[in-house]
Amino acid sequence: MAVIIDKNTKIIIQGFTGKMGTFHAEEMIKYGSNVVGGVTPGKGGTKHLNLPVFNTVKEAVDSTNATASILFVPPAFAADSAMEAADAGIRTCVAIVDGIPSHDMIKIKRYMRRYSKSEKMSLVGPNCAGIISPGKSMLGIMPGHIYKEGRVGIISRSGTLGYEAAQQLKDLNIGVSTSVGIGGDPINGSSFKDIIGRFEEDDETDAILMIGEIGGPQEVAAGEFAKQNMKKPVIAYIAGLTAPKGRVMGHAGAIVSAYGESAVEKVEILKEFGITISKNPSVMGETVKNVLKKN
Amino acid sequence: MDIHEYQAKKLLADFGVIIPRGGIAYSPENAENKAREIGGSKWVVKAQIHSGARGKAGGIILCNSPLEVAQATDKLLGKKLVTNQTGPQGKIVNRIYVEEATDIKKEFYLGLVFDRSSESIMVVASTEGGMSVEEISKEKPESIIRSKIEVAVGMQKFQAREIAFGLGVEPELINRTAETIIGCYRAFSELDATMVEINPLAVSGQGQILALDCKMSFDNNALFRRNQISELRDKTQENPSEVYASDRGLNYVSLDGNIGNIINGAGLAMASMDMIKLAGGEPANFLDVGGGATPEKIVKAFKLISMDEKVKVILVNIFAGINRCDWVAEGIVQALDKIEINVPLVIRLAGTNVEKGNKILRDSKIKYIEANSLEDAANKAVKILKK
Repeated sequence: MAVIIDKNTKIIIQGFTGKMGTFHAEEMIKYGSNVVGGVTPGKGGTKHLNLPVFNTVKEAVDSTNATASILFVPPAFAADSAMEAADAGIRTCVAIVDGIPSHDMIKIKRYMRRYSKSEKMSLVGPNCAGIISPGKSMLGIMPGHIYKEGRVGIISRSGTLGYEAAQQLKDLNIGVSTSVGIGGDPINGSSFKDIIGRFEEDDETDAILMIGEIGGPQEVAAGEFAKQNMKKPVIAYIAGLTAPKGRVMGHAGAIVSAYGESAVEKVEILKEFGITISKNPSVMGETVKNVLKKN
Repeated sequence: MDIHEYQAKKLLADFGVIIPRGGIAYSPENAENKAREIGGSKWVVKAQIHSGARGKAGGIILCNSPLEVAQATDKLLGKKLVTNQTGPQGKIVNRIYVEEATDIKKEFYLGLVFDRSSESIMVVASTEGGMSVEEISKEKPESIIRSKIEVAVGMQKFQAREIAFGLGVEPELINRTAETIIGCYRAFSELDATMVEINPLAVSGQGQILALDCKMSFDNNALFRRNQISELRDKTQENPSEVYASDRGLNYVSLDGNIGNIINGAGLAMASMDMIKLAGGEPANFLDVGGGATPEKIVKAFKLISMDEKVKVILVNIFAGINRCDWVAEGIVQALDKIEINVPLVIRLAGTNVEKGNKILRDSKIKYIEANSLEDAANKAVKILKK
């Protein structure tokens, strides 16, 4: 069983009938994901891509038993949709959308505190590429064919840099168990630490590649967690060596505003936690390969 | 998005923060009249630019008569002010804020930011007003008071009182100080701010708590619902290329090097810049055309880079996913049909249909150097420069 999704995971699309929702639903279905329907308020009762459309996530869950959802709704409505998914009993929700206000992200996370740990949905994203378990299921917008099936877990803030890593691994004949894009925003639904812990428990994953960048405390928090709680090797690359201080580098979260948030500082701290550092972005695959050889 | 001091003051005043009497001026006569309107015998003339540390750069002038106010305004208007935050190019002064001078008894630092670890709003205060928060953390870290606010219930009066007592405010001013802090919290939360800073927050000789300098930044992602804030944007304070880029949906940051680059995705863009640096070069910019890298965006990106005279070589690195390399390659061919590029070009494509994409480029009229990996692209770009 893959760490977050597998081939049986029933998926609904929130914002199903829109252009983005339609396009990516088709891509996911082509990949083999078990998409069972979608939600577009006001279009309930109709069919789209031969699948049922519901007015609310609750109706969709009641009638399909879906446990995962993916959001293709505009940023202004994304917080509402994520909370609706949490309330309907969705277990994993991926928010692809870029541009959710930070205040809304905080609101979502406070809202989710009402659920006990066992009932709480994991929100992945926003501003991310989603999740893929190669050969099993894709709950995201990535090009599925660049991922080879295998036993390395990938967690990345950046979408395309995550693709770059998957391609490098594939070129070295190394496969991926699950790849999770946690997104480039300052406040994420799931952090590196949240996901890295799940990889540690996954019996299909041997090593984890963490692709971080400048800004925020997440990489360091995950490194500390790994040192204290993990047996599996962790390899990391941190992007943004040349990024100037105090400037936002594309991702809203990629800004150095405190000590420990620059790439150089993160690398130093992670090394102290015993994490293997990929010294540049073109050797992420090789670094993983060397670590796998040793273990 | 950043705004000017006078704009931040006006916003905070609406939330109960007390500010000195003042007014905005666009000419020396204007400023002189404002000084007379404000009254009193001492005024401060303050250059309005998006930067702190204006005092040290000569952007804040104390005046003893309305005539001096006019002279100071004349001196500052139209000038480029260089502070330790603006970079060597400085920022242009188009507006002057004239304010009554305050008799300062004590100065505090007050700031509000997002705390990304606890995912809450953090209030930071210190008795060392007038210094930057970085200086305070370095030199007087023991003076810093931090308070995390639970956003679901908002800031409570006791939390604000604790900060006020922590600062050593006189008992009769505790409530007023607490109201000021809560006002800042409400402004932060109700206006989708990412930063509110009052530095210094002063106790005046008359026993008032006054915001003498204010700074606010806002979440660009929330501007769609904050028309009142969007209108405060002053593009003259931003880098012209960055304004050009943001108006066209590109993420662009101008840097000092000479290797221009066009990349899809923020992380990959940062990684490519790292590779350039490791190969011995310096990036001229950060440019993310978006994960999708549509042909329209690529055209805009080439236009933007071609405007930058520093650029001596261009590196294109696109990892195509759902948008296939052949489509991206066609976008590049179209772009270079419209835009003349007079510097060498290195292109690396990767991902879906990479062979097809490279074939389209090879078969086109474009003069370029093909690269097959991130490292290869960076090395080739740097090598051209060294020739």
